[in-house]
Amino acid sequence: MSVEINEAIFRPDPDALLRRVKDEEAKAKGGKLKLFFGFAPGVGKTYRMLQVARDLVADQKLDLVVGIVETHRRRETAAMVLGLELLPRRQVEYRGHTIEEFDLDAALARRPKVILVDELAHTNAAGSRHPKRWQDVEELLAAGIDVLTTMNVQHIESLNDVIAQITRIQVRETVPDSVLDEADAIELIDIAPEELLQRLHEGKVYLPEQAKLAADHFFQRGNLLALRELALRRTAQHVDEDVLEYREAQGLSNNLPAGERVLVCVGPAPSSGHLIRSAARLAAGLRCPWVATYVEAATLTSLSDSDRERLEAHLRVAESLGATITRLSGNRVSEALLAYARRHNVSRILIGKPTHSRIWDRLRGSLLDEVVRGSGDIDVHVISAEDNAGAAQPREHRSRSEFRLAPYLASTLLVGLTLGVAALLHITFKLPDLEMLFLIPVMVTAVWVGRGPSLYTAALGVVAYDFFFVQPHFTSSVTERRYFLTSAMMFVIGFVLSELTGRMKRQERDALAREQRTAVLYALTKALSSAISPQAIAEIASHHAADVFAAATLVLQTSPEASLIKIGSWPHDAQLDPKELGVAKWAVEKLKLAGLGTDTLPGSATICAPLHVGGTALGVLQLRPRERRALGAEQRSFLDVFCRQLGVALERVKLAEEARTAAVRAKTEEMRSSLLSAVSHELRTPLASITGAATALRDDINLSSFTRIDLIGSICEEAERLERLVTNLLDMTRLEAGHLLLKRDWIPLEEIVGSALTRLEHQLTAHSVHVEIPPDLPLILVDPVLFEQVFLNLFENAGKHTPPGTRVDIQASKRGESVAIEIRDNGPGVPEGFEGQLFEKFNRGPQTVTAGAGLGLAICRGIVEAHGGSIRAEHPLGGGLSFQLVVPIGGTPPTIARSIDNE
Amino acid sequence: MNDVGPLVLVVEDEAPLRKFIRASLTSHRYRIVEADCASHVTQLVTSHNPDLALMDLGLPDGDGIELTKRLREWSRVPIIIISARGREDDKVEALDAGADDYLTKPFGVNELLARMRVALRHAERRDMPNAPQVFEFGELRIDLASRVVTRSGTELHLTPIEFKLLKLFAKNAGKVLSYQRILTSIWGPANAVQCHNVRVHMAELRRKVEPDEQQHSLFVTEAGVGYRLREPK
Repeated sequence: MSVEINEAIFRPDPDALLRRVKDEEAKAKGGKLKLFFGFAPGVGKTYRMLQVARDLVADQKLDLVVGIVETHRRRETAAMVLGLELLPRRQVEYRGHTIEEFDLDAALARRPKVILVDELAHTNAAGSRHPKRWQDVEELLAAGIDVLTTMNVQHIESLNDVIAQITRIQVRETVPDSVLDEADAIELIDIAPEELLQRLHEGKVYLPEQAKLAADHFFQRGNLLALRELALRRTAQHVDEDVLEYREAQGLSNNLPAGERVLVCVGPAPSSGHLIRSAARLAAGLRCPWVATYVEAATLTSLSDSDRERLEAHLRVAESLGATITRLSGNRVSEALLAYARRHNVSRILIGKPTHSRIWDRLRGSLLDEVVRGSGDIDVHVISAEDNAGAAQPREHRSRSEFRLAPYLASTLLVGLTLGVAALLHITFKLPDLEMLFLIPVMVTAVWVGRGPSLYTAALGVVAYDFFFVQPHFTSSVTERRYFLTSAMMFVIGFVLSELTGRMKRQERDALAREQRTAVLYALTKALSSAISPQAIAEIASHHAADVFAAATLVLQTSPEASLIKIGSWPHDAQLDPKELGVAKWAVEKLKLAGLGTDTLPGSATICAPLHVGGTALGVLQLRPRERRALGAEQRSFLDVFCRQLGVALERVKLAEEARTAAVRAKTEEMRSSLLSAVSHELRTPLASITGAATALRDDINLSSFTRIDLIGSICEEAERLERLVTNLLDMTRLEAGHLLLKRDWIPLEEIVGSALTRLEHQLTAHSVHVEIPPDLPLILVDPVLFEQVFLNLFENAGKHTPPGTRVDIQASKRGESVAIEIRDNGPGVPEGFEGQLFEKFNRGPQTVTAGAGLGLAICRGIVEAHGGSIRAEHPLGGGLSFQLVVPIGGTPPTIARSIDNE
Repeated sequence: MNDVGPLVLVVEDEAPLRKFIRASLTSHRYRIVEADCASHVTQLVTSHNPDLALMDLGLPDGDGIELTKRLREWSRVPIIIISARGREDDKVEALDAGADDYLTKPFGVNELLARMRVALRHAERRDMPNAPQVFEFGELRIDLASRVVTRSGTELHLTPIEFKLLKLFAKNAGKVLSYQRILTSIWGPANAVQCHNVRVHMAELRRKVEPDEQQHSLFVTEAGVGYRLREPK
């Protein structure tokens, strides 16, 4: 018999609908999964899968590859593989053996239409990309490859413990129910248990020696019947969902109880696993969403590392079974739980049956009792902890520190000391009073050292007291009853005190740790908020992360070319290891934690956490722990928060950068258009004069010779003006391009000034120019050509914008490590407040008409600033305009060769 | 007058500019040979043996500087570069490649004629057996034989370096001398003396010989290239 079901999740819940849409989107993109489902090994799943594969190849000529198929040396099965394309397996060295594994990378590279991957629940060899084969399959599906696979019912996560109860065999290889739920088709391979047993005896399932073993344990008729029922029921559940979906699609109302919601309380106790699976089954039965929660109560001492690890594992299992995970905190567990349940319309709460004694409840209050009393109309289900799975795992050692001798020696010493004091006081005090003295070392050790030493001290104290002070002396026999009481008292005090102190210390430690994490986060957030570049953020974050996680860190940023670029690291010289690049890429692609101790590539040396905001990958935080150890659950959740902060910061900078770029672009655009209109005006004016004069000379024969000479003169002048403008424009472009190469050399300032004045001798004939440069002024390290340009422009300005006869003064003096130069005229100056604007492009002064100066001062400023100097204009006392330059000397001026060697 | 004025080879690809040069030069009795690309130049120099070459740098089929270098291997014809490339590096490169002078476009016709006269005179003087020993530039008189320099009749006291500088410029009056050329002439080709030395000595020389300290009426600075001793008009 074979039942084939088209499966799709449906729940009457908006979230579920949304998820379904997403599922379908994912499915549309990804490959399809077909699962051959059986209730026990040997029912013929692999055989059936191969049969289907052969049909696909024969009928539809599909590109089909056998990724991995375990024939278990069954002859019929092996025969079915013949003729199909086989993907080479990967050879893995593991503890001296060579294991053959499915080669995921080869499959992805080969990209067939359909691939066969047997035994979905298989656990991959250490060092593989994913610990589990179903994760390989998910990646294949994501890559758009259809997968045919096989699985037995006992590997389903939610049925795991039920089956363990039935068969007394704990199956460690499990597959989350979600994988099953997302399968596009499930084909149940069903044969009668008798037939299966028959086949087992015939040696068709296992080779003879294994068959005997298997028959004794697993293949008992009772087991097989139960497993078959479970498999049928699980398949039926899919049929059910299929029907539901059909009804929904047809617009038929469904008769589900509206608003059912299951809440399960999860704790670190191993029995919580059972609780979670019960909740999953209940929710599946009710077809309603369910929530797994952990309540962190303020009154409780915090969890040990191993407890927290287990709690996280439980929550992960719950998540994989379809639960929403939420973490609550409150003063009392029951209050937080009920408040959440009310707020979220929870209809049923699942709680584990208490395992401690009733006295405990009397002392501390019973959670169960409080929940039941406060639950109102919410149903409370109390689930018993089944013994096998729970008890199988030993109650984790309470983070027991290894035995140390020193505290015990100290305790002994303390008792000895007390003994001495007691001996001294024995003279004046009575025995029963001296007893009290022995409480002191017990208390001291309880508070300062710990429980073990404290109990030891109590015992030692009792013995010592008894030995030295109680009649008969120097024997340890205790005759009087009241000494029993004394001993008991001492023990109780020691115990209670040490327990209290221990708890206080743990709380203190936790508080401290929490505080430290908060402090780190606070410091991080604060530091990040002031960072303005991704590099700065990466720098800060890598430094912080290196501290917190005791690791070398790298921050990688995704780039438009889809590669990852290092933008920061701690230590600074840390480089991206090419071997670890794959881990980072995987993390950023799937937006999941990958690397050391995670589900993906757990064998690598680094842990890669994706940085993202709203699903947009921004980069990766890579940690290389100094000791190659996986992160604890606490650290992992901290890493999560850390990465979120980092992601937000990166996003913020990215957005700010984009905004800035946009603003700059707008500003540039605006400037360009104003510059263009100014330039075109400046260019056209002289061109118009030239054209006008030239055409007049060509066309008008009646011009007097005087006019002709005048026109020719203006053509020459305007051409010169045009040339100056073009030169200025070219200079400006060079300056603004930003890659102006300064060819600095040591120059005497007088040479530059003199050269500029000489070149402008014709323009300045009507002015009286006075230069005062001290002969001992040091050489300055400047670009001679550009600096001559500065003075040319400044002198030209003075010449053009002041009336004839104006005095122009040029003075220079050494001022510290700079040379200050002043060019002052006593002309009309510029209006008050206009001095700053002089250096803007195409600012020619309000009333000036002389052409060509629109760029001159802007160029001056550009050149002077490129030399690290400054230029400004001001109104000196007595009128006129003064330009003040400050130019750094640029180092120690060189010595001058005074001799001629070769003569 | 006769038409045996100096023969000028004009290498220029822009027709309007050739026209302007042709008009200006022929009216001053120069004879002209024109080339609009680099490929004919060698042949024209061989066949016409011009007295002077005006050379554009950006030719359609070659670079003027390369051409100058190749010509210099076998010809001493004075070469004046006329180019729109105004960068100092280009000028220095052209001068060091063997060009005698450099004019940046746009230029006036007077400037061109002046430069041509200087180049022609130097070429002529180079071929004369005994070069003059006395030079006069305005008030300045230099007697190379007796090593006496006077300004308005007053003897100036120059250091050996200054005298050597002055002698170098006097012999090359009107020509641009690049820093490299000056360094080599004063300190020898193997010396690693740097440009700022030339500048400092030039500044000191100017203080002694220039009639007006503020105006460089004798020594013109060609920024980034070198200096030129101006000839009196």
